[in-house]
Amino acid sequence: MQIATMTIDEIRVGIREQKFTAQEVVKALFQRIKKVEPEIGGYITLCEEDALQQAIIVDEKIKAGEKLGKLAGVPVAVKDNICTDGIRTTCASKMLEDFIPPYDATVVKKLKAEDAIIIGKTNMDEFAMGSSNENSAFKIVKNPWDTKRVPGGSSGGSAAVVAAGMAPLSLGSDTGGSIRQPAAFCGVVGLKPTYGLVSRFGLIAFASSLDQIGPLTRTVKDCALSLEVLQGNDPMDGTSVKEVKTKSYLDGLEEGVKGYKIGIPKGFLQKGLNEEIAKAIEDSIEKFKELGAIVEEIDLPITDAELSAYYIISSAEASSNLARFDGVRYGYRTEDFQKLDELMEKTRTEAFGGEVKRRIMLGTYALSSGYYDAYYNKAQKLREKIRQQYQEIFKTYDLIITPTTPSLPFLCGEKVNDPMEMYLGDIYTININLAKLPALSMPCGFSKEGLPIGIQLIGGEYTEDKILKAAFALEEELKLSTIIPEGKEEI
Amino acid sequence: MGFETIIGMEIHVELETKSKIFCSCPTTFGAAPNAHTCPVCLGLPGTLPVLNEEVVNLAIKAGLALNCGINYYNKMDRKNYFYPDLPKAYQISQYDLPICSGGIVEIEVEGVKKEIRINRIHIEEDAGKLVHMEDEPHSLIDYNRVGVPLIEIVSEADLRSPLEAVEYVKVLKSILEYAGISDCRMEQGSLRCDANISIRKVGQETLNNKVEIKNMNSFKELIKAMEKEEKRQRELYTFGEGHKVIQETRRWDSGKGRTVSMRTKEDAHDYRYFPEPDLTPIVISSGLVQSIKEQLPELPPAKKIRFTEEYHLTDKEVDILVGDKSLGEFYEGTVKLGAEPKMAANWILGDLLRLLKEKELGFDAIPVKEEALVKLLKLIESGKISGKIAKEVFEEMFITGNEPEAIVKEKGLGQISGEDVIEKIIIDILQANPQSVEDFKNGKLQAVGYLMGQVMKATKGQANPQMAKEMLEAKLKE
Repeated sequence: MQIATMTIDEIRVGIREQKFTAQEVVKALFQRIKKVEPEIGGYITLCEEDALQQAIIVDEKIKAGEKLGKLAGVPVAVKDNICTDGIRTTCASKMLEDFIPPYDATVVKKLKAEDAIIIGKTNMDEFAMGSSNENSAFKIVKNPWDTKRVPGGSSGGSAAVVAAGMAPLSLGSDTGGSIRQPAAFCGVVGLKPTYGLVSRFGLIAFASSLDQIGPLTRTVKDCALSLEVLQGNDPMDGTSVKEVKTKSYLDGLEEGVKGYKIGIPKGFLQKGLNEEIAKAIEDSIEKFKELGAIVEEIDLPITDAELSAYYIISSAEASSNLARFDGVRYGYRTEDFQKLDELMEKTRTEAFGGEVKRRIMLGTYALSSGYYDAYYNKAQKLREKIRQQYQEIFKTYDLIITPTTPSLPFLCGEKVNDPMEMYLGDIYTININLAKLPALSMPCGFSKEGLPIGIQLIGGEYTEDKILKAAFALEEELKLSTIIPEGKEEI
Repeated sequence: MGFETIIGMEIHVELETKSKIFCSCPTTFGAAPNAHTCPVCLGLPGTLPVLNEEVVNLAIKAGLALNCGINYYNKMDRKNYFYPDLPKAYQISQYDLPICSGGIVEIEVEGVKKEIRINRIHIEEDAGKLVHMEDEPHSLIDYNRVGVPLIEIVSEADLRSPLEAVEYVKVLKSILEYAGISDCRMEQGSLRCDANISIRKVGQETLNNKVEIKNMNSFKELIKAMEKEEKRQRELYTFGEGHKVIQETRRWDSGKGRTVSMRTKEDAHDYRYFPEPDLTPIVISSGLVQSIKEQLPELPPAKKIRFTEEYHLTDKEVDILVGDKSLGEFYEGTVKLGAEPKMAANWILGDLLRLLKEKELGFDAIPVKEEALVKLLKLIESGKISGKIAKEVFEEMFITGNEPEAIVKEKGLGQISGEDVIEKIIIDILQANPQSVEDFKNGKLQAVGYLMGQVMKATKGQANPQMAKEMLEAKLKE
């Protein structure tokens, strides 16, 4: 069985048609994980025994002729900031190293309800703060295409395990690009849905008004299939979509982009963009034209002010969200303390990493009395302006296309000491979170060195169907999804 | 030189909802520590709050009952501070857009009526409780109370004496109880008051530093604490040490009978309020407000007027009866069941209140049923028992909960009204007391009293006294 390149669709059909069993899939996958994982470091926790148990249940269901879920027997890797009942959920932080949630996140419940099999928890930047996965408290993740390079972040583990054939599906979370940027760096498909389309219940919050859970897969079709399972209203999440805006994304996936109006922001090509990326994006745009789309330049300035607004809002919310980790109830607690203040201070000083502390300080400052109007309030006003700007564009256009990242995957350690340089890498992705829009990153080519290049397709609110149709059409043209990093083809 | 006291009140009231504000845990008081908790109210990572709509409804109701304007668009905010009783390290509250603004409560102190303005009412969640044990190096935390819904009612600084402040709290309490917004039990902490007090010279326009007093858990403590603080500040101003009145928060120590400084303005928290991103803004329809308005029961101010007009009670009687929701309902219940209004009031304000006090029972724990009291009053009216016997029967009803007829029958307390029976007894008594009969005939009219006493003694007090007296006098004159 060629487990490495198998898609979700192939696995579920194969199991249904009894070409192979769920147990065979899980066993083959763990065999591969044992071989590849030491080099990649994509997982924090593996659940081999549990996964096998789940596989046995699925196989028995098939034998008994029972109704099967949409993802029966499909192995799923879950980012380690998404709670899993009975499986430790660490956020790649010393703070939650031993935290075992007594509940499943809503997305995990939904996956289980469709008979998917949880195989492990993926590595990430601590509390989802970072763009290189070097902020994990436990180990860094390597890019499967070049292990000297970073896989991107913060869902670096989730992207790397899919790219390296260690899971056909993983869940990530995206606050400013944390699904799309690693998807681009690792050459996989990653979708950040419209804010509210997927429940956040059980996602350990970084920035509540920006966070969204989404799938990372090898193909666009797998992405569509996964989104069908993940989406929908959740009474446990007050910000989740109220009306029925959910759709079937597989229906009409092949319809193509004929007649689509696609906007390309003027000037994004000059914005310190890597030349090879620019070329790949231009080639893809040409493909879309050939497929019958109408492509036009649009006025959509991408500025540093937006980056500032993003870092102020996300850090402000983070400073509040992460305040509960005080050593009183669960998680890490300092060993030696005399008084309450000391307990809290030492616990937080010892268990949070540098980047997390930097953002907590930044956010606390931005919310402080006397600074609130100058920072947080101003950032919120800009955010509203950005939202309106996008809404206006989507009155006329079906999609906006940009690169996902301005640069190719960089070397491990290259930007660790320059947070500003690291933050600038988010320039194409953060606005989408500020505007609460859906966006997908997919591979659109490779650099001369063989590094993947990502293209970003952005849609209006709840138009994931349009994005997926366009992505599917491009994928059919480029046929990149079956390529697996060199040296990782064989089990 | 005259001073005047300026007081503004901040009152926290627990709302009478079945479940907590952001999760489905029960809100009942007195459960085992941490029995009423779940991942959501414990703020475990990844959990999210979902607003209980009943909280919004009750807050609107409170606003309407206190003559406030309802803000059709309002929102929740986070108030950030570290303390172990606050599991998320922020309290979800309302900052710049509260659910209700502006309002009026009328109070009356020593015959003078006064309107007190309400600045705002906002929704928030309660915190847990720390338990500090003597001689133990650590404290325990009970999170049962965490997430119990509260409203905070903030008055303007319109109160001019501790007495006015207490009256304001009393009026507010009775309105909230009547409207079914809160049970307002100060001893259980479901109504908690903080007072902001300052003093200034009469005629001075500006306000001096105010001091916030916390931890006053009964009306008695409330008045004591405020008077003590008033005195402390007056003394400082009188003796030229006014600069020592600094803006600070002081805790009332009821044991020591004084306030103790908790924190000054300098070390006040910066709460870093910002809009709660996990909850969408609260948008209220005018239809909802209208339907809540229609459900609003008669509130004390209106009820007082009606009681006076319909039942012809005195102001004092009305004040007591309407002052407590349970007592007022009990009274009106008996009247509706046919009790004569004045008589029912006399019994409730007399014997019932006395017994409740003796047995240390609250007005919400009246052990006598309304029907039973009405039956008792009917027994008196129909002459079946005397007023004196009725007192005895009522006490028995209060203790055993038995019906008045059953008690009268069981104890043989029924009034003897049969003429034959009484006549026979009178004849016996007259025969046994020839001397007294003689005395009467010789003009000693007081002999009747003695003979009457004998008749009552022979009937164990059950003879209808009116009837017996008439028959006795008739017999003597024969």
